[in-house]
Amino acid sequence: MPMRFLKQIRMTLGAMLSIALMGFALNLNADVPTPQIPKAVKGEQCVEETAFMRRNHMDLLDHQRDGTLRQGIRTKKHSLNGCLSCHVVKDSNNQAVTFQSEKHFCRSCHEYAAVKIDCFGCHKSTPDQSASSL
Amino acid sequence: MSEETNQDRRRFLGVGLGAAAASLAPGVVLYGVAQAKTDSEPASNKVRWGMLVDTTKCADNCDKCVSACATENGWDKHTGRAETRPQWMRKVTLKDKVTRRTTSLPMMCQHCEKPPCVDVCPTNASMKREDGIVLVDKHRCIGCRYCMMACPYKARSFVHEQVTDQKSYMPRGMGTVESCTFCVHRIDKGESPACVEACPEKAIVFGDMNNANSEISHRLRLFSTTQIRDDLRLNLGVRYEGI
Repeated sequence: MPMRFLKQIRMTLGAMLSIALMGFALNLNADVPTPQIPKAVKGEQCVEETAFMRRNHMDLLDHQRDGTLRQGIRTKKHSLNGCLSCHVVKDSNNQAVTFQSEKHFCRSCHEYAAVKIDCFGCHKSTPDQSASSL
Repeated sequence: MSEETNQDRRRFLGVGLGAAAASLAPGVVLYGVAQAKTDSEPASNKVRWGMLVDTTKCADNCDKCVSACATENGWDKHTGRAETRPQWMRKVTLKDKVTRRTTSLPMMCQHCEKPPCVDVCPTNASMKREDGIVLVDKHRCIGCRYCMMACPYKARSFVHEQVTDQKSYMPRGMGTVESCTFCVHRIDKGESPACVEACPEKAIVFGDMNNANSEISHRLRLFSTTQIRDDLRLNLGVRYEGI
C-alpha cells in the first residue's frame, strides 16, 4: 500500500514538474530574442542542407582554407567568397554591409551565440564584384 | 638578337598560348605558357615555378613592377606610418665600386627550394607549396617574425596596422607576415604574375623551370644567369641575367 502511494506521489510530482518546465521553456522563448538571420539573396537552397550548414559550416570552411592555401585546390563550392556573395546584406544605400555592421550575415548569428570569429581580420567581409557571379 | 626578331618575340609572347613553338635567334626556341591546372587539381611538384629577370633591360628609374604588385595585391593603400609600409617587392640599384657600373633590379621573395623561413617557423605557417611557391599561411601565423630574421633577402614584411578592404583573393591582416606569392591566385588561373605583365621592357620571364620546353628553361639553358647569394645553396626560384 505505501508503495502504491509513493508511486502516485511521484507521478503527480513528475507531471507538475513537466508542466512547470514547459511553461518555463515557453516563457524563455517569449522573453529572449532570437537572432535575425538575413535571408540569402540568391536561390532557396544553400550548398548543403541548412541544418547541416548551421552545425558544420566551420569545418567546411576550415577544410576549404587548407585545401586552397596549402594545396592550391580552388574549388568554389565551400568558399568563404561563395558564402558572402549569397548571404550579402545591403544597407539603405544598396551597399553591402561589412562585418562592422550588426546586420552582417555572419555577425547576426555569431553575436547571438557569443562565438568570436577572426576570419575578417584578414578576409574582406563583403563580396567581390566578380564573386557575385559565383 | 636583332631588333626584328625581338619584335617577333614580343608579338609571340603577347599571344602566349598553346604549345606552338617559334624559332627566333639560332638555337632559341620559345614555347607557350604551360596549361593551367583545373580548379579541383592540387598544385603538383612536377611543376617548379620560376622567374628570370633580365637586368640589362631593367630601367633605373622604373618601378612599374612594384606598383603593379601593390595594386594587384592590395598593399598600395597603406594608411599607417611610413616606417611600417609593406614591401613585397622593391627596386634595388647595385653599384660596382671599381667599374662604377650600376644595375637596377627588382627584389622580392626568391622562392627558395630550401627556404630558411620555412625551417624556422614554429607553427608551420611559413610553407612551400608543391609547385615551389613559398607562402605564409596566415591562419597559422602568430606574428613571431622569425622568418623575417631568417630570410637572407629581407623579402618579408610584417603587417603592423589594421587592414581593411583587402582583395578577396589576397587576405592580409594585422599581426601576420607577408611577402611575394608569385601572384599565386593568378598562376592557378593560368595567368602570369602582375609584375611580369606590367614590365614595359618585358624584362621578366615567368614559367615552369621543370618543363624543358618553357621559355624560362630555354633561357636558363642558353644564357648565364645568377642566383643571388648562391653560396647559401638555396636553389632559388628567381634568377637574374646580367649581374
